[in-house]
Amino acid sequence: MATADGKEAAQGLRIVAPPLTYAVLMLGIPLLTILAYSFFKDGYLTIVREFTLENYRAVWADPIFRTIMIRSLSVAAMVTLATVLLAFPVAYFLSFVVTPDRKALWIFLITIPFWTSYLIRVFLWKVILGYNGVINSGLKSLGVIEQPLSFLLYNTGSIVMTLSHAYAPFAILPIYVALEKIDRSLLEAGRDLGESRLMTFWRVTLPLAMPGVLAAVLIVFIPVIGDYVTPTLIGGGKIPMVANMIQAQMLDIDNKPLGSAMAVTAMLVVAIASLLFLLANRRFLRVRQ
Amino acid sequence: MTPIADRKPMIECRQVQKYYGDYHALRGIDLTIREGEFFSLLGPSGCGKTTLLRTIAGFEEIGSGVVLIDGRDMRGVPANVRPTNMVFQSYAIFPHLTVAENVGFGLRRDPRSAADKARAVEEALEMVGLRGYGRRAAHALSGGQRQRVALARALILKPKVLLLDEPLSALDRKMREQMQVELIKLQRQVGITFVLVTHDQEEALVMSDRIAVMFEGEIAQLDGPEALYARPASRRVADFIGVMNFLPARILGETDQAVTVDAPGFGIVEVPSRNVSRANPGDAEPTVGFRPEAVTLAPVVGRGPERAVDRVTGGVIEEVVYYGDMTYYDVLMDGSARYDGIARPVRVSMRNLFGREVPDVGTRTRVIWSPGSLVLFR
Repeated sequence: MATADGKEAAQGLRIVAPPLTYAVLMLGIPLLTILAYSFFKDGYLTIVREFTLENYRAVWADPIFRTIMIRSLSVAAMVTLATVLLAFPVAYFLSFVVTPDRKALWIFLITIPFWTSYLIRVFLWKVILGYNGVINSGLKSLGVIEQPLSFLLYNTGSIVMTLSHAYAPFAILPIYVALEKIDRSLLEAGRDLGESRLMTFWRVTLPLAMPGVLAAVLIVFIPVIGDYVTPTLIGGGKIPMVANMIQAQMLDIDNKPLGSAMAVTAMLVVAIASLLFLLANRRFLRVRQ
Repeated sequence: MTPIADRKPMIECRQVQKYYGDYHALRGIDLTIREGEFFSLLGPSGCGKTTLLRTIAGFEEIGSGVVLIDGRDMRGVPANVRPTNMVFQSYAIFPHLTVAENVGFGLRRDPRSAADKARAVEEALEMVGLRGYGRRAAHALSGGQRQRVALARALILKPKVLLLDEPLSALDRKMREQMQVELIKLQRQVGITFVLVTHDQEEALVMSDRIAVMFEGEIAQLDGPEALYARPASRRVADFIGVMNFLPARILGETDQAVTVDAPGFGIVEVPSRNVSRANPGDAEPTVGFRPEAVTLAPVVGRGPERAVDRVTGGVIEEVVYYGDMTYYDVLMDGSARYDGIARPVRVSMRNLFGREVPDVGTRTRVIWSPGSLVLFR
């Protein structure tokens, strides 16, 4: 048995080797470079290759970085919450209401937004929410308002709205898959044992859908923290998130070691937040269906 | 115990009709299941037995007709408030809960204290032979254990009716036979009305007080196991329950007590009236039927085991299938091709008694039978 397993493992490794090599090259090397830079010294316009912890000390002592990191975490948390709350009913509808022969069509429809570039979709929200945008001109022509509403754009709310729209399919799909896996007789059993539809949802459907919900949370939360397009366009640059700060440090100020230290710190913060989240919900991941 | 016929009706179906689109799943089901009865719905897949069970449980709306449970009309009563509980075919054990949480699932609104409920759960587990399993994870259970958890989970709520949807079909043969006996004992112990859906005729015969055989959304016969086996109402029922040999026959005459037929292989026989079935639509040819064990084979030489009422004819053994405890023989009875020249070997089963030789293929044999073990379909 052991040799058979070993053979299979070797064969598996051969199959994944090319993409694995590619992934290591394209992901691992830049990451290691950033990690290395974060321990180097900054000599104006050049990098002094001498080990130092000064960059990290500077990052951790910087109140602006702390504020922006906390803002990024809270914006990402809000986006994640909004996305998952909006995605769940869609996934539920897709899994429980749509007939099997229509499911492929619905999944296709849900992924249509991906046909346009992310940048264009973000820009569209600017068109919708802007000073002379769709909402304002619509309300104006209806006579509801006389002056355009200025609170639609350039604030946290508009960032959350834009990002949760952009990431919705990423949340819908894992939740949909988790819901599809639920044996329907479990829901009938819940009803049969005296629970209403709502209580059956609460006691059976939701706990069993949690692996999908957890996946959705991570899939949305992690990239949203690093988003810098939406804060720039929709936040109008007034509400920078951590990626904007790193970008400024790296390109505008050209302090690559400090920017790298910020990036590594942000990565650690996200990793720790994600691990804590998974740890808090580990009981849902133990379920084997 | 009160005879079943005198007990109060627990489930009554009156002209129950059910359509899925154009498909007519239940075609006017009339049925009375009595209190404390072990009742089976038996039939091939697609006959409507599961639909009928789900109709009683409240998972399916009926098109027309009435379903009463304990005298109460169930129209518009959802599954969660019906006095029924179900053991699902897949057992439907909640994978995110422990065994005890599964069994106690339905007790949420029970006014008893948490300690009393925990005791009730432990008692229910003990009843199904799973004492001390409460803390185990649901996915760590074997098929038989899941089945027991499903039973405990339903019975702890003390339903008026327990519905079982092919509960043994996923178990291996040994386990299935063991669970059959356990279920019968359990049913006697709790005294709850059990309604079992199965496609396994043997299972139905072993377990049930009464059986409704269903074909294409209709009840073909509703009887006790013995009556069902010995006097099937139609060829189709006879064919579905066990093995039955069929031979063409001609009707010669009829009295109050018997119908006289000429059956090739048997000769002129008086079939008792209670063994005569008239429910054979589309089956114009009268047919004589008999079970493989209704006939005995004996060596041509020597004295046979026949009784005074028995008759003896001859035949040739064409095939021998040895099963250990039993042997099946295909026998071509003398004169059985008399009508149309078509040879119709019949299947005969015999217990293999120690010391008795299993005859070889081609051996001539005596065939001993009695008119009372023949059934006539006309």
